[in-house]
Amino acid sequence: MAADKVDPIHQFNIVKLIPINIGGYDLSFTNSALFMVATVAVASAFLYLSTSSRSLVPGRLQSVSEMAYEFVSNMLRDSAGTQGMKFFPLVFSLFMFVLVANLLGLFPYFFTVTSHIIVTFGLAALVIGTVIVYGFMKHGLGFLKLFVPKGVPVVMLLLVVPIEIISFLSRPISLSVRLFANMLAGHITLKVFSGFVVSLSAFGAVGVAGSILPLAMAVALTALEVLVSFLQAYVFAVLTCMYLNDALHPSH
Amino acid sequence: MFVTSAFAEEAAPAVEGGTEGATQSSTGVPAKVEGTFPPFDPATFPSQLLWLAITFGLFYLFLKKVVMPRVGGIIDVRNDRITQDLDHAARLKGEADAAVAAYEQELAEAKTRANTIGQQANDAAKAEAETARKKIEAALDQKLGEAEARISSIKANAMKEVGTIAEDTASAIVEALVGGKASKTEIAAAVKSVAR
Repeated sequence: MAADKVDPIHQFNIVKLIPINIGGYDLSFTNSALFMVATVAVASAFLYLSTSSRSLVPGRLQSVSEMAYEFVSNMLRDSAGTQGMKFFPLVFSLFMFVLVANLLGLFPYFFTVTSHIIVTFGLAALVIGTVIVYGFMKHGLGFLKLFVPKGVPVVMLLLVVPIEIISFLSRPISLSVRLFANMLAGHITLKVFSGFVVSLSAFGAVGVAGSILPLAMAVALTALEVLVSFLQAYVFAVLTCMYLNDALHPSH
Repeated sequence: MFVTSAFAEEAAPAVEGGTEGATQSSTGVPAKVEGTFPPFDPATFPSQLLWLAITFGLFYLFLKKVVMPRVGGIIDVRNDRITQDLDHAARLKGEADAAVAAYEQELAEAKTRANTIGQQANDAAKAEAETARKKIEAALDQKLGEAEARISSIKANAMKEVGTIAEDTASAIVEALVGGKASKTEIAAAVKSVAR
């Protein structure tokens, strides 16, 4: 049956393009790496070229770049205050990287970088690593106050502190799994519905007529996925801002 | 047929996927365990992390050093320009307001001046009319006086003549009635008493 050939998982396969093996580690340049390069290239080129005229009255593309810049800037200022602006390049890079990676992944036959847990986990670990390193650098052991909420009775602290620690430790996991799972699920669903179109079409005229419904679904899902791509990049950036706020102001 | 061509397109990557396993085993790298879900395949982790670090690191540096100063600069320049323009507009508005106020003041002054000029002209015209009237009145009075004088002299003459006529008539009547002549002075006295 046709369904055998429509494998929704196939799109997540890693293919080695240039095999590299150093010290027993497989560090090959894969399709994933290719699309990371593509993501960075597309995002950089867009931001660079759209602002190259430096117009006082921006054109369409320059407006998009400025909107992205001000959007992230306001997001960071709202949640972490003006002190947080030193992390603006990090948050802006994360937002643009995730957004462009998500959007690029929507093109047929394109690999979705953010649909691999290790990539999203790498980004989440970067965020949490920054929070921990900066937190201890700025506040020393005072950063541990993050786990001790003010105004809680001592007896309750026995319960609250472990909960706070667990919640802190689960942050990188929730941050990475949220993005990964959204992208993975979206792409599998898209693939399945597109597969229905192909499978049904194989059954002749009736099948072609019947395939209109999954086709419409696939179109609608594509629109939804564009929204999800943006939304997940936004959520990732917002949560990054909030975690960075903890590093700046540990006592809450 | 349309359907088969679409199907062929879909089938192409599946074939490619089939050969992919073969190329992997031929390069000598440990092949993927069959059935592992690709995103959870630890064999791909080192490579993905390395390339993520390289690409994201470069991206971060590029944004921090090139893109963000540029976009930030554009926005700052625009904000400065807007503030400047607003200040300029406020200044121009102030000037316009001042001009309007000066104009209104001048208008008010001109109005009062026009009023005084009108008043003066009015007064002058009135005074002139008054003097003219007075002159005419005086002339009329003089003429009236002359006329009255003439009338009274004419009247006096007439009265004088009336007296002589009356005396003559009286002497004639006396002569006719009495037959004697009355003295002139008596008649004159009698006429005078009657005429009174």
